[in-house]
Amino acid sequence: MSAVPSTATPLRASRRRLADRIGDIVLYGLTLASALAAVAALLAIVYKVFQLARPAFSQFGLGFITSSTWDPVHKQFGALAFIYGTAVSSLIALLIATPLAIAIGLYLSELAPRGIRGIVGSLVETLAAIPSVVLGLWGILVLGPFLAHHLEPWLHDKLGFIPIFRAPEATGTGLFTAGLILTIMIVPIIASICRELFLAVPTELEEGALALGTTRWEMVRGVILPATRSGIAAATILGLGRALGEAIAVTQVIGGGTKITANIFGPSDTIASKIAASYQGAASGLEQSSLLYLAALLLVIGLVANLIAQFIVRWFDPLKGART
Amino acid sequence: MSAVAPRLTLRTGGRLRRRRIVNRIMEAFGTAAALLAVGVLVLVIISVAVRGAPALSWHFLTTPPSLFGPPGGISSAIIGSALIIGMATAMALPVGVLGAVYLTELAPHRVAGVVQLCLDILNGMPTIVTGIFVYGLLVVGHVQSAFAAAFALAIVMLPLVARATQEVLLLVPQSLREASFALGVSKWRTTVGVVLPTTLGGVLTGTVVAIARAAGETAPLLFTCSIFAPAVSTDVTHALPNIPVLIFTYSEQPDKALHAQAWAAALVLMAFVLLASLLARVLLARQRSKLAR
Repeated sequence: MSAVPSTATPLRASRRRLADRIGDIVLYGLTLASALAAVAALLAIVYKVFQLARPAFSQFGLGFITSSTWDPVHKQFGALAFIYGTAVSSLIALLIATPLAIAIGLYLSELAPRGIRGIVGSLVETLAAIPSVVLGLWGILVLGPFLAHHLEPWLHDKLGFIPIFRAPEATGTGLFTAGLILTIMIVPIIASICRELFLAVPTELEEGALALGTTRWEMVRGVILPATRSGIAAATILGLGRALGEAIAVTQVIGGGTKITANIFGPSDTIASKIAASYQGAASGLEQSSLLYLAALLLVIGLVANLIAQFIVRWFDPLKGART
Repeated sequence: MSAVAPRLTLRTGGRLRRRRIVNRIMEAFGTAAALLAVGVLVLVIISVAVRGAPALSWHFLTTPPSLFGPPGGISSAIIGSALIIGMATAMALPVGVLGAVYLTELAPHRVAGVVQLCLDILNGMPTIVTGIFVYGLLVVGHVQSAFAAAFALAIVMLPLVARATQEVLLLVPQSLREASFALGVSKWRTTVGVVLPTTLGGVLTGTVVAIARAAGETAPLLFTCSIFAPAVSTDVTHALPNIPVLIFTYSEQPDKALHAQAWAAALVLMAFVLLASLLARVLLARQRSKLAR
């Protein structure tokens, strides 16, 4: 760096000082503008999406949320069926993914032999790198048929008396398949946050518990999990946010439908997948703006989930380790 | 004092045995869960490779799709994707890096908190909503364009680049900055001449991660860049064919031949994404060891 201050002539020194001051101001201005660009992008997204949803909002009001009709012919639109599809598919994903992800996090932080720890960790993270459209393609052509011919008939046979396990679709598309694909997508996200959380638990606490004669699992249950509870909650909600908003893979495997059905093997649609499935154009202007209303709903749900997760991370987590 | 000495034994009693069994079961569950995740990854990679390989050829990579007759390839989609991602990177990289510099080097604590929250929320934003936003901003009243798609992807990439840059900026030793200040060097010269060069590797890592993510994003492209002619084109003011949308549309068709094409395109996309994340991992390891020294 040729920034050695020169004291040879006062004139050059003062010119340098001026250049430095200008440079500082320019750097400050440029970086501030860039940082504000992120804030502006967020605000612009919220503003624009709400603005786009306005026509449908003035037509249907909040009743849009509680109406389950989606009828382009009679121009009646409501979001309840898609809200239901979103809730059920995300719930399936969370129910399966959370215990798995916590177990993977524990394996990577406590159990795995040092030699393979890094490799398994990288592989789990690689799972998150698979593009959702590729996962969806795999879901529709490999996982779906497998579920339709093996797992779903078996579950239907054994547990068919419960209404959620009614007769499966022949193609294997439906809420359950969507839930499984979402599980694959969010397990690595939750697991890698959990691993960081568990690694951040002070070793003295863990060793203290072990020295008192606990088994490894008792140490996990008594020390690690209580210490990281809020972080795990935040990780789970971040995973939920991803599951709620995933459009592409879900569109490919969920089958499409506008009815609320208790059967988790039946076809349905989530908010995101309904929007994505209609990308080639809606028949009427009202249908289009109803889709934009759906996008606004998704935005609100996504914002709430994210805010809750960030709030937990920032204000409750003693370990502060879950910031992704 | 004739208390009978309790019979001491080293044999495990029922309670201890149960605790051990529970421990064993839980350990087995942890290992099984990790194996399951790795197994699913291997399964997905293998099925894409096995189904994609037959249709994959030089011809497939270098010819545009054909509407009639023998199946063409995906050259136009590869060119379109490259252009879109290149433009998105050109937009997200400077903004992300400068924003990160502001957050770690210059910002007052409270302002940094607000910007950070915005970046984190932007990172968790459903990408289809980002797509809808850009649709409303740039497409309504105009036409779909590769530029609009790039803009949407840039919004997706921005928090990733910023986060990666911040992480390496925090690794730069404070003594380096102080040494520079002690020589009378101004803030901006220190930042541009001393701090940023040491973070180059980290910025590169973040960029590669963001590119890998953006390359597979489909949702932001659906409303911004999905109606196009299959021919090779480099006109970014119009919608260009691109790999994610091509896979998505082919997978929704009932046609077996199109499925074969979708698998092959998925193999190309997945190979690119996995190689990019591998590269990022190597770069990150090198950067870490360099800064740790």
